[in-house]
Amino acid sequence: MQKVSHILSQTSFKTGLSPHALRYRKLRDRVVETFLLAAGLVAVFTTLAIVAILLYESSTFFEHVSLKEFLTDTMWTPLFADAHYGILPLVAGTLTTTMVALLVAVPLGTTIAIYLSEFAAHHVRETVKPILELLGAVPTVVYGYFALTMVTPALQWLMPELPGFNMLSAGLVIGLMIVPYVSSVSEDAMRAVPRYMREGSYAMGATRLQTALRVVVPGACSGLAAAFILGISRAVGETMVVAIAAGMQPNLTFDPREPAATITAYIVQVSLGDLPHGSIGYQSIFAAGLVLMLITLIFNVVGFFLTRRFREAY
Amino acid sequence: MRAANIASYNNASALRAGLSRRKMFDQIFVIVGLTVMLMCLIVLAILFADLVRDGAPRFGWDFFTNFASRHAERAGILAAWVGTSLVMLVTAVCAVPVGVAAAIYLEEYAPKNWFTAIIEINVTNLAGVPSIVYGLLALGLFVYQFDLGQSIAAAGLTLALLILPIVIVATREAIRSVPNSIREAAYGLGATRWEVTKDHVLPYSTGGVLTGMILGLSRAIGETAPIITIGALSFIAFLPQSPITSEFPFISFKWLHDPFTVMPIQMFNWVSRPDQAFQANAAAAGAILLAMTLLMNGFAIWIRYRFRKKINW
Repeated sequence: MQKVSHILSQTSFKTGLSPHALRYRKLRDRVVETFLLAAGLVAVFTTLAIVAILLYESSTFFEHVSLKEFLTDTMWTPLFADAHYGILPLVAGTLTTTMVALLVAVPLGTTIAIYLSEFAAHHVRETVKPILELLGAVPTVVYGYFALTMVTPALQWLMPELPGFNMLSAGLVIGLMIVPYVSSVSEDAMRAVPRYMREGSYAMGATRLQTALRVVVPGACSGLAAAFILGISRAVGETMVVAIAAGMQPNLTFDPREPAATITAYIVQVSLGDLPHGSIGYQSIFAAGLVLMLITLIFNVVGFFLTRRFREAY
Repeated sequence: MRAANIASYNNASALRAGLSRRKMFDQIFVIVGLTVMLMCLIVLAILFADLVRDGAPRFGWDFFTNFASRHAERAGILAAWVGTSLVMLVTAVCAVPVGVAAAIYLEEYAPKNWFTAIIEINVTNLAGVPSIVYGLLALGLFVYQFDLGQSIAAAGLTLALLILPIVIVATREAIRSVPNSIREAAYGLGATRWEVTKDHVLPYSTGGVLTGMILGLSRAIGETAPIITIGALSFIAFLPQSPITSEFPFISFKWLHDPFTVMPIQMFNWVSRPDQAFQANAAAAGAILLAMTLLMNGFAIWIRYRFRKKINW
C-alpha cells in the first residue's frame, strides 16, 4: 500500500503536472467549451433569425393589407394593377399537391416499411435502404423536369384534356420523392415494437402478414402518424417541382387536374422577377413565407411529439 | 361465434385450408412489397436514362467550356459549374466546423437541462424547415441587412445554414457510437474533456463526420429554391474573379462578392424556356447534376460501410 502511494506520488511528479500546467489545461477546456457552445447556439440563432425576418418584413405588408383581406379574399394578385391579397388560392394549391403526394407516398411508403421491417432479411434491408434514400436525394429541379417532360405527357395520354401544367403530375412526383422519408420513419416505428409482441402473435398461429397488420401496425400507430405528418411537411415545403410542373397562376381550386400556384411557387415567381427591395410585392413573399413556415411548424411539432411518444412507448 | 370457429378448426382439413390460404396472403404481400420497391428504383433508373437520352446531343467538351447562350447548341454550363464549385467551397468551410462543433457540444459537453433541450429541438426543427424559407432568411438577412448582395458568399452561407442540421445529426450519431469505455480509459489517465474528445472520440467518428459532410453537400448541390430567392442571375457570361492571383499574397477573396449562377439554376432556366431546343440542355445539365448527387451519396454509403467494418470495439 505504501509502495503504491509512493509510486503514484513519484509519477505525478515526473509527468510534470505543475499547478501551472493544470490551470492552463483547465483554462483551455473552458475556452474550447465556450466555442462549442457558440456553435450549438448557431442553430438557435438561425431559428430566431428566420422568425424575426419573416415577422419584420411581413409586418410592413400587414400595415398595407388587413389580416381579414389576407385570410378571406379569394384572389391573389399582388403584382397586378388591381391588387388582391387573399392567400387562399395559394393555400388551396399547396393543399391539393400535398394531398396528391400523400396518396402516393402513404401506401407506397407504408408497404415498403412493413416489408423491410417484418419480411426482409437483415442484409436485404441493409442494401435496399440506402438505395431507397437516393429517391430523396435527387435534386428537386431534376424531379421538376421529370414531372413536366415525362409524367405530364404520360398523363395526357390517359386524360387527353389535361393541361400542360397541372397539380396532378407535380403531386405524383412529390409523392415519389417523399416515399423514403415516410418509409424510414415508419420502419423505425415498427422496429420499436418489441419482439415479444410478435412472438405472442406467432404463438397464436398468426402468419407474418397477420402479425404485421394486426399487432405491429397498431402498436406503431403513433410512429406511423408521425411519418405521414413529416411527409406532409416535406410536401408542403416542396418548391421546384410545383414551380416547374404546376404552373404559376394562383387558382382557387382543389381539382388536381388544373394548373395552380402553391405558396412556394409564388415565392419563386416573384424572386425570378426584379422587384425593388421594400415594395409590396417584395414584402408579400415574406407574408407567404410566414404562412408556409407556420403550416410546416405545426406539422413538425406534432410529428416531433409523436415520434418521441413511440420511442418512449415500450 | 367463437365456439363455432374453434369447432370448424377442429376439423383438420379446414385448418390446413385456412392456413395455406393465410400463407398465400403472406406470399402475395412479399411480391407486392418487392414490386413496390422495384418500381421506385425503376422510376429512378428511367429518370436517369431519360435525362441521358434527352441530353445526349449536348454532351461534349464544349458543353463544359461554353457560357450560357441564346443559341441552344452553343449554350454551356461553364459559369454554372464554376459557380457551383465555389459556392460548395464556402458552404463546406462554414457548415462543417460549426456543425461538428455543435455536435460535440451536444454529445460530450451539454448538461441535461432545458437549455440543451432547446438547442436540440431547434436542430430537429431546422431540419424540417422548407428550403425556400432559408432563401427568405438569406434575402432579408444576408442580401440586405449584411449587404452581401447576390453574391457567392450569400449563397454559400445560406446553403451552410441549410445543411447544418444534416452535419450535426450525422456527427452526433457517430460520436454516440463511440463506446464509453474509451472515454473512461482516457479520463482515467488524467485527460481533460477536450483531450478525450480531440484525441479519442473525434478520430473514431471520422467516418460519420465525412458521411454527414458529403450528404450535406449533396443536398446543397441540388438546392435551387433558396438560391433563386436570393436572386441569383441565370444568364451569366463571365466567371468570378480568380481565387489565385499572380502577385503577393497570391490568394484573393474578391470572388466571394461576385455574382454567380449554379447548376440547378441554369437547369431551371433552361427547363422554363418555351423553346424545345433548350430542353436538351436542361436534360444534359440535369444528368450531370443527378450523376454528381448519386456519386456523392454512393461515396457516403461506401465510407460508412468501410468505417463500420474497420472499427472493432
